[in-house]
Amino acid sequence: MTETTGEPNSGSAVPDGAGAQEPADRPLVELRDLRVHFPIKRGVLLDRTVGWVYAVDGVSLRIDRGSTYGLVGESGCGKSTLGKTVLRLEKPSSGSIVLDGTDMSRVSGEPLRRMRRRMQMVFQDTLSSLDPRQSVESLLVEGLRAHGMDEGRGRTERRLRELLSAVGLPASALRRYPHEFSGGQRQRVGIARALAVEPELVVADEPVSALDVSVQAQVLNVLRDLQDEYGLTYLVIAHDLAVVRHVADRVGVMYLGGLVEEADSDELYERPLHPYTRALLSAVPVPDPEVEDSRERILLSGDLPSPADPPAGCPFQTRCPWRQPGVCDVERPEPRELGEGHRVACHYAESIRDGALPGGSAGTVE
Amino acid sequence: MALLQVRDLSVRFVRKQEPTVSAVDGVSFDVQAGRTVGLVGESGCGKSVTSLAIMGLLPGRGTEVSGSVRLDGDELLRLPRRELDRRRGRDMSMVFQDPLTSLNPVVPIGVQISEVMERHRGMSRRVARGEAAKLLERVGIPDPGRRLKEYSHQLSGGMRQRALIAMALACEPRVLVADEPTTALDVTIQAQILNLLRELVAETGTALIMITHDLGVVAGTCDEVNVLYAGRIVESAERHELFAGPRHPYTAGLMASVPRLDTPRGNRLAPISGSVEDNIPWEDGCAFSPRCSRALPRCSERTPEIEPIEAGRWLRCHNPIEEHARNTERPHD
Ligand SMILES: Nc1ncnc2c1ncn2[C@@H]1O[C@H](COP(=O)(O)OP(=O)(O)OP(=O)(O)O)[C@@H](O)[C@H]1O
Ligand SMILES: Nc1ncnc2c1ncn2[C@@H]1O[C@H](COP(=O)(O)OP(=O)(O)OP(=O)(O)O)[C@@H](O)[C@H]1O
Ligand code: SF4
Ligand code: SF4
Ligand SMILES: [Mg+2]
Ligand SMILES: [Mg+2]
Repeated sequence: MTETTGEPNSGSAVPDGAGAQEPADRPLVELRDLRVHFPIKRGVLLDRTVGWVYAVDGVSLRIDRGSTYGLVGESGCGKSTLGKTVLRLEKPSSGSIVLDGTDMSRVSGEPLRRMRRRMQMVFQDTLSSLDPRQSVESLLVEGLRAHGMDEGRGRTERRLRELLSAVGLPASALRRYPHEFSGGQRQRVGIARALAVEPELVVADEPVSALDVSVQAQVLNVLRDLQDEYGLTYLVIAHDLAVVRHVADRVGVMYLGGLVEEADSDELYERPLHPYTRALLSAVPVPDPEVEDSRERILLSGDLPSPADPPAGCPFQTRCPWRQPGVCDVERPEPRELGEGHRVACHYAESIRDGALPGGSAGTVE
Repeated sequence: MALLQVRDLSVRFVRKQEPTVSAVDGVSFDVQAGRTVGLVGESGCGKSVTSLAIMGLLPGRGTEVSGSVRLDGDELLRLPRRELDRRRGRDMSMVFQDPLTSLNPVVPIGVQISEVMERHRGMSRRVARGEAAKLLERVGIPDPGRRLKEYSHQLSGGMRQRALIAMALACEPRVLVADEPTTALDVTIQAQILNLLRELVAETGTALIMITHDLGVVAGTCDEVNVLYAGRIVESAERHELFAGPRHPYTAGLMASVPRLDTPRGNRLAPISGSVEDNIPWEDGCAFSPRCSRALPRCSERTPEIEPIEAGRWLRCHNPIEEHARNTERPHD
């Protein structure tokens, strides 16, 4: 059960320089058994905790420097909570977040502020995350000032122009206000703001889901170009699997607070192992009638479980066409490595892959 | 004759102190019984307004509707309000973009569904309740007996959307308009609902108008597709024809900018340049011309008209993509 999944052998102590791995191949981000639980409050003063929402419940993963990690999953499975916790905008209930060798749960004050500059977030809804009364120039300068990077008029101005051209906006955009831009342009302002402080890690939470497809493509291309140019590391959160397929090197599939499968992008899309991933991939519409007419779909039925009351055993059992009573409803499957860098949390992943387990065919139609 | 005939439908919103918005501008299409017709295009291109106009659900004040919408030959746009309400319940229904606002929060789901059947199909209350349970089961809601007694806020987003579809099906409509029926849903639930709609069309011969911005959904559900740009249809074709070889530059641009699940990572997307804010008015030329890579000088001088180019295929463009380019211009194969 506890096959450690490629974690460094020293379990708890975080290397702080000497004897540590070379920074070059040390992952930029490493999460170990991360949990984020929100209390459910009742009572007139909301002072009684009557239960917990297990938003993120035991996630371990690592993100290599300069790569893009894509996180996908259904609404409410904990993707945004995980992203915010990596940036310490949400406090973990347990587990650790190690950023470039520093355990984030142990830093505070000035060192935390310094670490924060190295990680920035791009939000889904730029209109509400950008102050409407601030011009683009003052939005960008504000970020620089907050991190002591405002280096006098001339240099700052040059820096701002560079930033805008990097995200494909004209210099005249500096004097405009957020509402004067189209959705795609506004999203680029949000990206420019995140980049202003020269971060290493950018967490992009649904960066294109509010945009029309034609504009979505512009923003995805900008993200890619910036990565090529500055060696940025991305954690991209999206519910659109095609978007993630397009940008990510490595993909994690979340379900009800946990990672159910993780692999390199091509591997995951070509050889999905977890029943949930298989159902997801078979359900994504493909803009090609020939493909749509001929593909097999795994249609799920059954109730969606609540993160406040997750089922005992496998979180996916309420909808899984392959569930085995007596096992799946008793024991929670831990992530296991099947094939290089391909982790899956399912008791029957091998048998399902080899077609040796009946049941799934009952859920397959067309 | 087609079950539903839309001809030269235009909708203008006239507001004091504000410029008039021409949201839908001369839209024509047919829907046959048992067929699904798609309306696709980007946000604001007029998809919802077109469907609201067909259903007679636009606000009266400040709205100018012209053209013709015929159901079985009867002109709906000039029907008296009460007669229209009756037909809307019995012959046509709609699934709205936003499920929460179109369900009544203080009436149990089951009562809402059975009321429709009592009113439009003349069932007794008892029979209607039984039918409502069957409908919920049909749309894939587990434990329908319990759910019938619940209120909309007790259902998840996917269940609400399915409840709405159950309500739309309750009167066995001959025409069903589904406005982005799955946008708010996860793909696994989306797949269930699209499957349900496909079954409905095949089994009952309902004519379905499917409104979506998702080309994948179009490819899997629609028989014919109308592509809208800035309130006008720019290309219209049978779905296989359209996807195999889009002739309008905007259609082709849309297809090239969608990231696909079945293409390997690394393909660079080819976005359409600019945004709808760059459009010019249709009166001056082609609204798409400032963004179009095939634009000719005449595109910003003369308005292109929509013309038939072959059976079942229409196009509005001065410089369409050549037909022989079809297979060579397919992005990946
Ligand atoms: N501050 C909070 N207090 C209580 N519960 C919360 C809080 N933030 C999130 N949750 C709950 O935690 C769970 C995970 O939420 P999260 O926003 O991370 O999901 P998500 O995967 O980002 O979903 P979506 O795709 O809809 O954005 C949900 O059940 C949500 O209601
Ligand atoms: N009641 C109204 N008054 C004024 N303008 C309106 C009204 N309803 C819609 N519009 C405008 O009409 C145009 C078409 O709107 P419509 O809602 O049909 O777009 P849509 O294609 O459905 O877009 P989306 O994909 O965002 O739903 C838009 O420019 C919109 O702002
Ligand atoms: S552990 Fe059992 S219920 Fe869970 S995904 Fe695997 S087969 Fe399905
Ligand atoms: S009419 Fe001209 S500008 Fe418009 S789509 Fe055709 S080629 Fe492009
Ligand atoms: Mg989220
Ligand atoms: Mg709409």
